[in-house]
Amino acid sequence: MSTKDRTLRGKVAIAGVGETKYYKHGQAPDSEFALALHAILNACADAGIDPREIDGFASYSNDRNDPSRISAALGLPALRFSNMQWGGGGGGGSAAVGNAAAAVAGGVADCVVVFRALAQGQFQRFGASPPVVTAAGEPALNFPYGLISPAQRFAMRVMRFMHDHGIRHEAQRAIALASYHHAQANPRAVMHGRPLTPEAYNASRWIVEPFRLYDCCLENDGGAAVIIVSADHARDLKPRPAYLLGVAQGSEYRNAARGHNAPLYATSSFTTVAPQLYEMAGIGPADVDVVQSYENFTGGVLMSLVEHGFFTAEEANEFLVVDSLVAPMGRLPLNTSGGNLAECYMHGLELVIEAVRQIRGESTSQVPGAELSMVISGPMVTPVSSLILGGEATL
Amino acid sequence: MATAPFYLPPGLPAPVPEADGLDAPYWAGTRRGELLVQRCTRCRAWQWGPEWICHACLSFEIGWERVDGRGMIYSWERAWHPVHPALKDHGPYIVVLVELPESGGIRMLGNLLGDPRQTVRIGAPVEAVFEPHGDAKVPLTLVHWKPA
Repeated sequence: MSTKDRTLRGKVAIAGVGETKYYKHGQAPDSEFALALHAILNACADAGIDPREIDGFASYSNDRNDPSRISAALGLPALRFSNMQWGGGGGGGSAAVGNAAAAVAGGVADCVVVFRALAQGQFQRFGASPPVVTAAGEPALNFPYGLISPAQRFAMRVMRFMHDHGIRHEAQRAIALASYHHAQANPRAVMHGRPLTPEAYNASRWIVEPFRLYDCCLENDGGAAVIIVSADHARDLKPRPAYLLGVAQGSEYRNAARGHNAPLYATSSFTTVAPQLYEMAGIGPADVDVVQSYENFTGGVLMSLVEHGFFTAEEANEFLVVDSLVAPMGRLPLNTSGGNLAECYMHGLELVIEAVRQIRGESTSQVPGAELSMVISGPMVTPVSSLILGGEATL
Repeated sequence: MATAPFYLPPGLPAPVPEADGLDAPYWAGTRRGELLVQRCTRCRAWQWGPEWICHACLSFEIGWERVDGRGMIYSWERAWHPVHPALKDHGPYIVVLVELPESGGIRMLGNLLGDPRQTVRIGAPVEAVFEPHGDAKVPLTLVHWKPA
């Protein structure tokens, strides 16, 4: 069988989505494990299924909430699938959905939850140096020079990309402004009621050049979950199914070569992944109605959009203006919930939920008639992943 | 000395060789003021950072070779936000990624010595500078870069 015969296209759907309230980091009143449980039960309620129907779990980024403990806590009759996508950051957000989809399509499990929960008050923050006195391996080449945090790790890539293509800081700014714009319509967003102006962006402090404060994601507490079932099962449930049309994960040649030695250095890691995605979905970038693109840093979004073919690097300055990126009328409505910059940093699973809302017609910044909804997960890490959801008409 | 002996203040995580010994020759070399990187003894491909196998020909006979420490700035960043307690109130500092064209285009990291607010140009020639920390619990040497 060729790869084409073995496609996941149209085989499964996201039938339920669930979230907790989103909190500033360290402010969740619940334990991280309880946040995961709340998100999962909310997703079940949304789908209209009994939680005891769940028989599998998929997550990413070393989520601390063990599926076996969740199964015991929820009294599940049987656990049939438990899966952790390797890699850190948000790179596994779409991949975890794909792994769950593969399990359902292949008959390994029937009802798989993809979840992510974070309570950083109870654990180490992402943006601070880990509490270590020595560094070995890759960190030994980085940490002693003050190159420690994710922002510092990825600024080096983005600086080179901007240099190679003459990209101005205003292109990054447009991405931040679009996210904050959409967050003002979204009462769930942590930055709801806190609009961002170009002047405030320009006046914000450098974190590490070329990133200002507002180029960097939030850090938050909360939980999010989505439920994957077969396409046939999804049609019997109440919410409008968001069918998985394509999903891809990975990274290009020697992306993880140590000490910043990836041959294609200035990349968001999608140069081989994006073509796989489009091939499975059977569409091209011009067909996509709305995009949720993981913002660890705005420069990574910029590179992700280039590598998914929405514009070339040389067109970035012209394309990336606020009007292009905001719903409902923009050329490419982007991060319509506010995303990691302004809704919540739930490691990008909130972006999958927003992509589903766009298919259902339920976004607070709805793109009229959206039928093809993309999620791009985790630029610049490896592996990365992305997916495309579609409504019934796209099957 | 009129200036601080080290580019960054003390207290940052100290590099130690990996437990499996993979990068031990590199760190031992820096103590002698030598910059060693990997080079395959079979196909002569350069390789950095270190790995147990040659990515080009899959030979495990990967050796170490001294390089002259001359390169060009491939990318750079100026960090302002102190992510580690040792950097609090320190102010900005520059990290550069340096390409070594004479050694297969491998890249190495380090700080760029001099004014932390200096203009940095991608493509500018630089050379390696060794910064010994002989008094460290496990003595070590960092490798920085200065305009050539």
